[in-house]
Amino acid sequence: MTSKVTTMRDAVADIVRDGDTVAIEGFTHLICFAAGHEIIRQRKRDLTLARMTPDVIYDQMVAGGVANKLIFSWLGNPGVGSLHAIRRRIEDHDPGPLEIEEYSHFGMVCRYVAGASNLPFFPIRSYYESDIPTVNPKIVPMTSPYDDADEVYVVPPLRPDVTIVHAQRADESGDAQIWGLLGCQKEAAFAAERVIVVCEEIVEESVVRRDPNRTVIPGVVVDAVVEQPFGCHPSFAQGYYDRDNAFYLDWDRIARDPETLETWLKEWVYDLASHADYVEKWGDAHWDALRPGESLSGEVDYGRYA
Amino acid sequence: MSADVSADLGYSKSEIMIAASARGLAGARNCFVGVGLPNIVCNLAQRTVARELQLVYESGVFGARPERLPLSIGDPTLATGATAITSMFELFAYYLQAGLIDVAFLGGAQIDRFGNLNTTVIGSYDEPKVRLPGSGGACEIAIHARQILVIMRQAQRSFVQQLDFRTSPGHSGDPAHDAARGWHGSGPTSVVTDLGTYGFDETTGEMTLLTMHPGVTIDDVRSSMGWEPRLASDLGETPPPTDEELRLIREELDPAGVYTK
Repeated sequence: MTSKVTTMRDAVADIVRDGDTVAIEGFTHLICFAAGHEIIRQRKRDLTLARMTPDVIYDQMVAGGVANKLIFSWLGNPGVGSLHAIRRRIEDHDPGPLEIEEYSHFGMVCRYVAGASNLPFFPIRSYYESDIPTVNPKIVPMTSPYDDADEVYVVPPLRPDVTIVHAQRADESGDAQIWGLLGCQKEAAFAAERVIVVCEEIVEESVVRRDPNRTVIPGVVVDAVVEQPFGCHPSFAQGYYDRDNAFYLDWDRIARDPETLETWLKEWVYDLASHADYVEKWGDAHWDALRPGESLSGEVDYGRYA
Repeated sequence: MSADVSADLGYSKSEIMIAASARGLAGARNCFVGVGLPNIVCNLAQRTVARELQLVYESGVFGARPERLPLSIGDPTLATGATAITSMFELFAYYLQAGLIDVAFLGGAQIDRFGNLNTTVIGSYDEPKVRLPGSGGACEIAIHARQILVIMRQAQRSFVQQLDFRTSPGHSGDPAHDAARGWHGSGPTSVVTDLGTYGFDETTGEMTLLTMHPGVTIDDVRSSMGWEPRLASDLGETPPPTDEELRLIREELDPAGVYTK
């Protein structure tokens, strides 16, 4: 199998194009901030950013000027409050308007499921007596073909041009293993035209093959593999480092003021050459403080059937 | 001890909200937990009135056993030691939409007298005064969880006559319509605020004041909502938090006062 291993700089330069629909997925867990920062650094433009929860990463990317549209289901700073750069764009058109297209969580998940399954739409029992369909005409009521009294809503497939996911480990061909919260990374990856897998560690293929149930995304749908330790910070990688809740709180202060935000982007993104520099800038003590204790899963016996 | 503990009463407004809400979970099994106060409410109920409570998080966790107070619904402490971690598709499809969830917590920026909730915008959708987070899973939780419990601080701007946007449906005000919906969920059954507790009238589906917290007057309640509240015929006083509830909240669940300040 040929190696797909590359650098973040080359992966983003080759795979993310101006005007693309990009999904950096991961629900609280495994959000690849390193990829978002590289997209800002390379000054990509006119992106449509899709994510269930835009989170601080899309607040940073919107502030960095890479996006003109958001597709989402929950637009906040989890456990903290608002995403101020995005709110300024929506409420005050400052520094310009931002187009939005919103769903519920299940609606977003099922958009990826439809995209990944090559379906024209996906039926769900959501949106009854909600105003959401009145502001998003892509959410459409439909009567069951088997029961005239049974009405569902359908959502359209979402097929990102690029999906970027972070995994704890992957091999050189992109077979990616994830544990902890799984979010909708699998669905978003299978739905996408092109996929970048970023991981904490690149491992031998034999490591993956020893525990195939843990493989969430197979290399067959992956175009590039990037090893990027601490690539999710301030999000987390289960078993590797904790969520940096203090940074999520601090982002509220940083993002409230456009000048403070711009200074932060300059210091932590534009003036750094890569995520390795970002890791070094935070310093070892920061990473030591985020390291969790140990909780091993134990092992299972797959059996040998020679 | 948190900063706003009343010297007269010996507990804070947050603490009586948490204790009163936790008692509402007596005997519950599968509970969908939200961000903020519901986190601590569910963890308190698990130690008091609902030992069998399974904490379910929309991040895909069933049967969480957090060793620290989770600061978000995706905290890594929810994954370690859980009964199951599923994809979000499975969580929403097989657990929620299929009707496995007994009870769920919702809140919002605005609620109306029938328990409809707005978490989307203040002002108009196209030119919002305040852009709020939106639905997340709320609009589907409101439909599928068998009962909905609401925890919200009470104010004129949040307890409103007319929502700016209906994100999640409550009761319609027409009992025949509600009965014909055919949903797993029976809608909101309880609202706990910093002033009192409410149920919903079985005939009209209207929010009804059941108890006021110690020291709260009916004028306090009236001046903190946008409509004239319906009162229970046996309007009573909310039992204050017990010593054991306060000990659990202060010493075990939230020693730093993250949720109780």
